[in-house]
Amino acid sequence: MSTLETTASLQKGFAVPRENIGSRVQKKSRKIDRENRETVGLQFVDDPRMTCRAVNVFYGEKHAIKNVSIDIGKNEVLAMIGPSGCGKSTFLRCLNRMNDTIVGCRVTGEIRLDDLDIYEKNIDVVPLRAQVGMVFQKPNPFPKSIYDNVAYGPKIHGLAHSRSELADIVEDSLRRAGLWNEVNDRLDQPGTGLSGGQQQRLCIARAIAVRPEIILMDEPCSALDPIATATVEDLISELRQHYTIVIVTHNMQQAARVSQRTAYFHLGDLVEVGHTSRIFTNPAHQLTEDYITGRFG
Amino acid sequence: MSPSLLIAVLLVLSSMAYWLGRSRAFALSKKAGSVRLHSRPGYHGILVALWCAIPAFIIFCCWHFFSGNLLISYAMQSVTEARGELSPSEMNLAINDLRNLLSGSVFHREIDPALQLAADRYTGMRQIANVALAVVVLSSAILGSIWAYSRINPGLRARNKVEKAVEISLTLCSTIAVFTTLGIVLSVIFESIRFFQQVPFFDFLFGLKWSPQMAMRPDQMGTGSFGAIPVLAGTFLISAIAMSIAVPFGLLSAIHLSEYSGPNFRKVVKPMLEILAGVPTVVYGFFAALVVAPTIRGLGAGIGLSVASESALAAGLVMGVMIIPFVSSLSDDIINAVPQSLRDGSYALGATQSETIKNVVIPAALPGIVGSILLAVSRAIGETMIVVMAAGLAANLTLNPLQAVTTVTVQIVTLLVGDQEFDTPKTLAAFALGLLLFVVTLALNVIALYVVRKYREEYE
Ligand SMILES: Nc1ncnc2c1ncn2[C@@H]1O[C@H](COP(=O)(O)OP(=O)(O)OP(=O)(O)O)[C@@H](O)[C@H]1O
Ligand SMILES: [Mg+2]
Repeated sequence: MSTLETTASLQKGFAVPRENIGSRVQKKSRKIDRENRETVGLQFVDDPRMTCRAVNVFYGEKHAIKNVSIDIGKNEVLAMIGPSGCGKSTFLRCLNRMNDTIVGCRVTGEIRLDDLDIYEKNIDVVPLRAQVGMVFQKPNPFPKSIYDNVAYGPKIHGLAHSRSELADIVEDSLRRAGLWNEVNDRLDQPGTGLSGGQQQRLCIARAIAVRPEIILMDEPCSALDPIATATVEDLISELRQHYTIVIVTHNMQQAARVSQRTAYFHLGDLVEVGHTSRIFTNPAHQLTEDYITGRFG
Repeated sequence: MSPSLLIAVLLVLSSMAYWLGRSRAFALSKKAGSVRLHSRPGYHGILVALWCAIPAFIIFCCWHFFSGNLLISYAMQSVTEARGELSPSEMNLAINDLRNLLSGSVFHREIDPALQLAADRYTGMRQIANVALAVVVLSSAILGSIWAYSRINPGLRARNKVEKAVEISLTLCSTIAVFTTLGIVLSVIFESIRFFQQVPFFDFLFGLKWSPQMAMRPDQMGTGSFGAIPVLAGTFLISAIAMSIAVPFGLLSAIHLSEYSGPNFRKVVKPMLEILAGVPTVVYGFFAALVVAPTIRGLGAGIGLSVASESALAAGLVMGVMIIPFVSSLSDDIINAVPQSLRDGSYALGATQSETIKNVVIPAALPGIVGSILLAVSRAIGETMIVVMAAGLAANLTLNPLQAVTTVTVQIVTLLVGDQEFDTPKTLAAFALGLLLFVVTLALNVIALYVVRKYREEYE
């Protein structure tokens, strides 16, 4: 924890210009050895929204998440980075119990949303998932019209009391996802007919239409062009005023731009968590440094 | 040389042609050294073999298609020489006699010497023709191979030609199905036209009375006893009863199997359901006639209803049970094919399982489900055995499921079993009914296609 305390004072703004990410990594402090897989850094925060303690996930025999403990703070954006297959999606899916739908997937440990243990036996996952929304890695619009895709969530939760109110929610959600101008003249056309990037934004609109308090985003921008990406990032910054967001991304500039804290996963271990600016300027762990300087992919 | 031996020789020849062509191509590729063959030697071999086999085979087929009539008319010349010109009907008769004579099925009658002469001419000619055929076929095979063999050179595009040949043969195979269908439809249409020459079209289509037996008497011919409405109504009544059983049960069990049940339950129950589809319909038939119909009758008597001993209800119920696996098994596969990511998307919005199924899974699977239901409907309309045994033969025009009714398929069977003359309205009516059934199912399919396409547009 000593590295943490000394580097915490280095904390500056969140935005890191892209050309500086590599060069500002400083070699002066000695890094923690690659073989050491204890989590280092700022795992816990003062006013957490979700707390995860000693979480393990197994797919049958495969140990996909190993003893991960982390807090997710109120109104914070937590970015999760790490090489492909390291378990980012798996961990994200634990947070709203989407892993329940996978046969053979087992979760141990404790995850609490405000003081509620979400893996407790008789918990009702339906309100939990309404509260913790999710945007998936692959766009998965329903085979319905664009309008119905977005209206689906508000309808099943009875969020709108009239047609016009529902239409307002749909329009608002589409606007915030940056899709309204492209689709407002064809809301009755199938959502599956949109381009990949448009579909992903439709899924974002669909998720925010139910007004979740926590939003889990699994690589929401991997299919988007820079303009749409900027829209989504603006949306994330705006949502942060009221909501808590966990975002998985392979784009380190993006993590640097939108998040306050960043968590680095490596082969199922949570290796390092910390303020974003510190992770990208002066990581404590050698593995983190290898990854963000592109020495290891 | 007998035809089968000829074919065997042809096969041997073409496999020899294959090896010759292949080894020649090999030799060329060795000798040419730097020059590369356009196609691999195997393709050259196949090309030579094709040139060996196909023209020869076409000649062989043509001969067998036309030789029968040619030889007969040649043989008939001796009959006409003996008897002078014959009228067409006499000619037909004589040809029939000749055929019988040739197949050796004439025992009792005295044999007309002219006919015997013709038969002898026929057999003699046949032998000569067979030898000639063998010579022509084999020489065509050899010439074809030589021609193709001589054309082998490194630049020959043998692969493209072989692929073209494969494509043509595939096209032929697929058109055979089309032509068979066309043939069946045309024959049904022509027979029906003969029927409609004797019974007015509208009497058939809109007549309310079906009683083909009476029409055997000449004085009653075409008096309207060929009205198809009662028969058609019976078909629809029974199909409707069957579908009202099969669709809800089949669909709900498909939903349970694919969405709710565990893998173990599914592993046991799905094959069991499919066994239902494998039970022969005649077994369902006597189950319907001996178990279900008396039970319904007993129940009806218990509450003071008079139920015929053969009733549409019994047949429809059992048919419905028979059709359940068609709906459930197909729909289950279709529902399973809906990607898990769609369900995940719905669950992640906080939808319950039933909301997800109702709003996401079923709409996504709907085109397929409609398809499976339609398949079941055509099964129901075409089903015969259960209806024969449990619904009776009486062509009552009624919507009361407790009475006996009859269906189109049952009537076709009863019209055609036993010795029949194929030019009375009674038997021809079977073809008209067949045509009607065909048109109805075709219309159903077209409607279904339209519905499915409309949904596709909306949902995909
Ligand atoms: N349904 C599953 N069944 C079995 N193993 C799985 C399943 N889903 C993921 N895994 C395994 O768990 C590990 C973590 O997978 P996960 O999808 O969480 O990786 P990720 O970090 O999201 O990767 P990416 O960046 O490529 O999306 C991988 O090794 C993967 O093979
Ligand atoms: Mg992932």
